[in-house]
Amino acid sequence: MHLAESRPYIPALMTASTTGISVPNLPAEIPFPHRHLLGIQELSPDEIGYLLDLSNAYAEHNRARGDKLDLMRNKTLINLFFEDSTRTRTSFELAGMRLGADVINIAVANSSIKKGETIIDTAMTLNAMHADALAVRHSNAGAVKLLSEKVNCAVINGGDGSHEHPTQALLDALTIRRHKGHLQGLLVALCGDVAHSRVARSNIYLLQTMGARVRVIAPPTLIPPAMERLGVEVFHDMRAGLEDCDIVMMLRLQRERMEGSFVPSVHEYFKFYGLDYDKLQHAKPDALIMHPGPMNRGVEIDSDVADDIDRSLIREQVEMGVAVRMACLDVLTRKRQADTP
Amino acid sequence: MSGKVAYINARVIDPASRIDHAASPSGGVLTDGTKIMAMGPDIFNGGRPDDAEIVDCGGAVLAPGLVDMRVDFCEPGAEHKEDIDSGSHAAAAGGVTAVVTLPDTDPPIDDVSVLEFVARRARDVKLVKVFAYATITRGGNSDELVEMGLLRQAGAIAFTDGRRSVVNAKTLARALKYALAFDALIVQHAEEPNLSSGGVMQSGELSTRLGLPGIPREAETIMLNRDIALVRMTGGRYHAAHVSTAEGVACIRAAKAEGLRVTCDTAPPYFALNELAVGEYRTFAKLSPPLRTEDDRQAVVAGLADGTIDCIASDHFPQDQESKRLPFELAEFGSSGLESLLALTLELVHNGHLSLPEALAKVTSAPSALLNLPTGRLAAGTSADLVIFDPDRPTRIEPDSFTSKSKNSPFDGRLVQGQVIRTVVDGRTIYLRDA
Repeated sequence: MHLAESRPYIPALMTASTTGISVPNLPAEIPFPHRHLLGIQELSPDEIGYLLDLSNAYAEHNRARGDKLDLMRNKTLINLFFEDSTRTRTSFELAGMRLGADVINIAVANSSIKKGETIIDTAMTLNAMHADALAVRHSNAGAVKLLSEKVNCAVINGGDGSHEHPTQALLDALTIRRHKGHLQGLLVALCGDVAHSRVARSNIYLLQTMGARVRVIAPPTLIPPAMERLGVEVFHDMRAGLEDCDIVMMLRLQRERMEGSFVPSVHEYFKFYGLDYDKLQHAKPDALIMHPGPMNRGVEIDSDVADDIDRSLIREQVEMGVAVRMACLDVLTRKRQADTP
Repeated sequence: MSGKVAYINARVIDPASRIDHAASPSGGVLTDGTKIMAMGPDIFNGGRPDDAEIVDCGGAVLAPGLVDMRVDFCEPGAEHKEDIDSGSHAAAAGGVTAVVTLPDTDPPIDDVSVLEFVARRARDVKLVKVFAYATITRGGNSDELVEMGLLRQAGAIAFTDGRRSVVNAKTLARALKYALAFDALIVQHAEEPNLSSGGVMQSGELSTRLGLPGIPREAETIMLNRDIALVRMTGGRYHAAHVSTAEGVACIRAAKAEGLRVTCDTAPPYFALNELAVGEYRTFAKLSPPLRTEDDRQAVVAGLADGTIDCIASDHFPQDQESKRLPFELAEFGSSGLESLLALTLELVHNGHLSLPEALAKVTSAPSALLNLPTGRLAAGTSADLVIFDPDRPTRIEPDSFTSKSKNSPFDGRLVQGQVIRTVVDGRTIYLRDA
């Protein structure tokens, strides 16, 4: 496993965890000026690098079955999901617990609170509960930012509409970096429903900020307007698009977009845009496969490809997700502590 | 109103008669009761009438009160956002003396009884002159025509389905044709609803970055092109409301050159803002049609300058906090515009696109002539509907101090020049700025 450009304080944390000391020896000044993590667009290369380094340390800590930490002891993480999620919510939950936080899940999607209408009211309620961090997912772009303006704790965007999903992009970048050693100069293909994908947007911003080149490959109906203005190359032919790619990142096709509205059929979509070995051979021989999950096997990705242990990073993405969320929670809650006298 | 009032020291501008008199102590406007009695640069040379109240305008401009041809007073149905009383006060504060309200109330103005209700409420409030559109179709959303003749007799100024387009081409063609019998104008919000459905802002790089569904310009131009073809077919009178795109302006320009009876208006957001006002999900900048690109904005300005765009309307669409303090996609469309209409129209003057009389024509004589309203001009014997304003005074648009019930302005904090000093309807001062 490749461990990239470590910084002085990273070994300190690793030493700390392996020796069972729970408070990592980190610099007092955190090179992260943000109160919330709302999107990748607002982050500098240094800030992204810092989050990735810290995430990597947590990944090692987790992999070494390190002790539960107490960085967030006596602190509360609330997972507020206005949109159904199992994977991301569980990942945040686990991240919070491993840092010693008390974790509460509020699944608004399943409760009587209707989406959107009460987001300000929800913020007021949460303020009264004195949460320290909120992980929020909402089906509308900008909704998490709106909430963040009304609450007095750190907010992590767990996905807002088709806008951003910053922790996903960070975990993808960490996964790539651990395998390729760097992000600079890589050619990454994002394939599938780019138009509606917050994962695609956050990944485009992050990869470009860190010096990678990004291609998007999708039928024209799934490419949003003025896509090339985001600095990506647009392809409608999967084989041409995959040429020379180091990373093939598949995106989930939402079920409601499959039948007739954006693409004529699942059958046709898989034929032209589903990742199988035949198409994959156009990418670099050592190209790796990623997917943010949950996968539609046989729609955007062939089962054999998805499960190929030599090429597929899909399981590791999930593993890195916990580490990245630990790092984000850690940074934001320590930042908050430093800011409040 | 009884008594005479002598307005002196005013630069008197009447766009309809191309009058523009410099301010002087011996000239101005003399009103008697509800009417203008005399006006001119030297009417007080022989002294002022002893029985007249003297209003020294201090060199400010005196012009016909503004005629705003597109407002929503939300009554009946959404009085928590605005009502005829609060809307009239907002108009008065904006120097507007006559408004034409949209019919998409709840219930809609699609029959005489609702029209009469609005008229009665306006009489009770007795502030600005409130005229009303009626819908084109029953319910404002069907393919059955309203009783245009009866509504016209009862005072409906023109017909429009308000913020909805008449989508069915056959229905619009029939409306254009039938309205000819009553010389009625058909006003259309031109937007192809299938193309715009789900969209919340201009389609483009910014909508892609924000992850918001877009509305392409073509939603406007497809509908305009179709409607113009129907005007050609029927010979009807057609007015496109709030034109917002470069190609839309070009469509209207071509239709006019062809000699078709086509007119249009736009609203301040479309000549004074572009899509960037949406910024980070500012719901006050969520408008219908959406704020467009800078190229479109410039084309709208050019359309105003060359006369393609006949009128400016505030497109006043008040929204309460609860309708705007939402994620962008869920928030309502619309902005509160009455109280910033004059200052934003004056931007066109200060930026050198229009002369002051030309700019005033867009908000006085032009809409008045288009809708055949008995106001919007200064002449002996006409209603004394006036606005006195300082065209140069620097000020800031502060929605929190709006008189309107709703404060949803995308111009929040904008520095402008121009301030209303006094608003007069039928000789009666209905708004006077605190000195």
